[in-house]
Amino acid sequence: MSVLPRRRNGEIPATDGVVIRMAGIRKVYDTGKVKVEALRGIDLVVHRGEFVAVVGPSGSGKSTLMNLVGCLDTPTEGGLADARNRRVGFVFQSFNLLPQITAFENVEMPLLFGGVGKRERQARVTELMDRVGLADRMEHRPTELSGGQMQRVAIARALAMNPDVVLADEPTGNLDTSSGGDIMGLFEELWRQGRTLVVITHDMALARRAGRIVEVRDGLILRDEPTGSVATLREARASHG
Amino acid sequence: MRAGLVFQLFLASSRVQKKRAVLTIASIAWGSVALLLLLAFGEGLKQQLSRGSAGMGTNLAVLWMGETSRPWQGLPAGRAIRPRVDDVNLLRERIPGLVGIVAEMRNWRTAFTYGAKTVNGRLTGSSPEYGELRNFYAQPGGRFIDALDEASKRRVVFLGNERAKEIFGDEDPVGKTLLINQTPFTVVGVMKRKIQMGTYGGPDAENAVIPLSTYVAMFGSDRVGNIVLKPERPGEMPRVLADVRRIMGAKYGFDPADEKVFPTWDTVETGSVMRNILLGIQVFLGVIGALTLMIGGVGVANIMYATVKERTREIGVKMALGARPSWIVAPLVLEGLLYTVVGGAIGLVLGMILIVLIGLIPTAGNDALEFLGKPTVSPLIGVATAAILGLVGLLAAYFPARRAASVDPAQTLRYE
Repeated sequence: MSVLPRRRNGEIPATDGVVIRMAGIRKVYDTGKVKVEALRGIDLVVHRGEFVAVVGPSGSGKSTLMNLVGCLDTPTEGGLADARNRRVGFVFQSFNLLPQITAFENVEMPLLFGGVGKRERQARVTELMDRVGLADRMEHRPTELSGGQMQRVAIARALAMNPDVVLADEPTGNLDTSSGGDIMGLFEELWRQGRTLVVITHDMALARRAGRIVEVRDGLILRDEPTGSVATLREARASHG
Repeated sequence: MRAGLVFQLFLASSRVQKKRAVLTIASIAWGSVALLLLLAFGEGLKQQLSRGSAGMGTNLAVLWMGETSRPWQGLPAGRAIRPRVDDVNLLRERIPGLVGIVAEMRNWRTAFTYGAKTVNGRLTGSSPEYGELRNFYAQPGGRFIDALDEASKRRVVFLGNERAKEIFGDEDPVGKTLLINQTPFTVVGVMKRKIQMGTYGGPDAENAVIPLSTYVAMFGSDRVGNIVLKPERPGEMPRVLADVRRIMGAKYGFDPADEKVFPTWDTVETGSVMRNILLGIQVFLGVIGALTLMIGGVGVANIMYATVKERTREIGVKMALGARPSWIVAPLVLEGLLYTVVGGAIGLVLGMILIVLIGLIPTAGNDALEFLGKPTVSPLIGVATAAILGLVGLLAAYFPARRAASVDPAQTLRYE
């Protein structure tokens, strides 16, 4: 597994350049008596600008995969804080916004950790909140927002440090169908803008809207194929110039 | 920037649970009160004891007249050595670096008669220097015996305040005549009340002092009872005592190294022992206080562990967003320290108020209270209390915060 150096302000959508490369990754959870093999040899390459949906039944190893990619699940210390801050943006099923601070401050948090100056923080958070359509909700606390709105704040937060890849673990799992659809729409939009996205879901209807579906079962990749969406995206990009 | 960030994070994450915070702060405050009071009482006791031991006079040596313990130049052991009054004058001439050296002679069953009342007690004959060495200070209107009294063998007496009260009651004794062993004496002064913890042969308040020359004439013997001396520098005491034995040894024929000839109370030596004991008492009291405060510290640690547990998810989220472990730990340490500082400040203010109030209780006349002294705060006590408080706070906050840093984000963020 490797996370490549940060791209330089890359707005141009491109599918060259590898963002994630995993080869023969295994992960064993040792719970004392029982050893659970969550991943049994995963080979996965994600290129810049790809939108990958990872699907599979619960217990298949999807979340483990994401934790490894996101550096959440390694025993080592040190450079991890930096990697989490700059390379990866996380979106969680249960949003994981900090309830006692406003939406604005939640989005600001990674910028704060990244050492971004106050004025730039202000500008970036405002822009991001605008992009996820919540410019008028900046001073609201998470408890005053709907589930869909909370997830959009979380997405804005994931984008704040302009990371190489956005990892989303069941981002629609806690939302009703229509809000879930909206979130997936937002992901599609980000994809169109050139973002690299890895979304874990067990909703095949949503997964089909991604550019590529990776199906995991019993710790192995069962299927890895592009969807029709790629063609659609190419058309869309071509027509936009 | 880093410090600013830590403070920003602290403000954003600390949410005070009022009831818990109040209890914790109260326990720290109570610990601080206990620590401060115990240290202050220790200090008061120390000051009182050093005042008390100074009551008899400072850096003195008292020498009694004993016997030789080893043969010397053909003379057997067990000979009593009894110097005369003139020998003290010899010592005064021969030994350099002395504040004073006096002979003291005592009679334990002397009859003091005033009017129809007779009291039996102690009578001391000594020189005018004796008053300075042994802190006999006269009450207003009186004086200690002086050189003229000594030279002209006057029948004058200086009374201890208790003895004066016993004989004269509420009457002012100065200028009055009383009979000492049926001989008329004029009272020239009464001793100012003093706190005296060290004595030999009884407190000075119950003593009566007459000129040495008068005493010798009255009792017909010029053999010295004991010698009181004080060197200019306390460190020279061993040298001075050796000089006494050397000079007397040459005259009376005994080994100058024979310490049994003049059994000696060296208050310089016993004073340093006393200071060590007092220091020990203070440390002991301080440890008790610190342990009490430690209980408060356990309270802070407890509250911080609970806080970390409650905020595990929040901590996990922050780590996922790229917070360094130190940015998680530092705000929590700050929070724990804050409880300690607030509690400590309250405790110290309360403690100071208590110390002032205790200081207002009148102690004169109550021996136990007088012995205890008044609680006193010294700069050292302030520093010690602050240091112990800071240490307790830091330890109580650090360990829970360190646990926070070991939170595994993957574990805490898993959907429940």
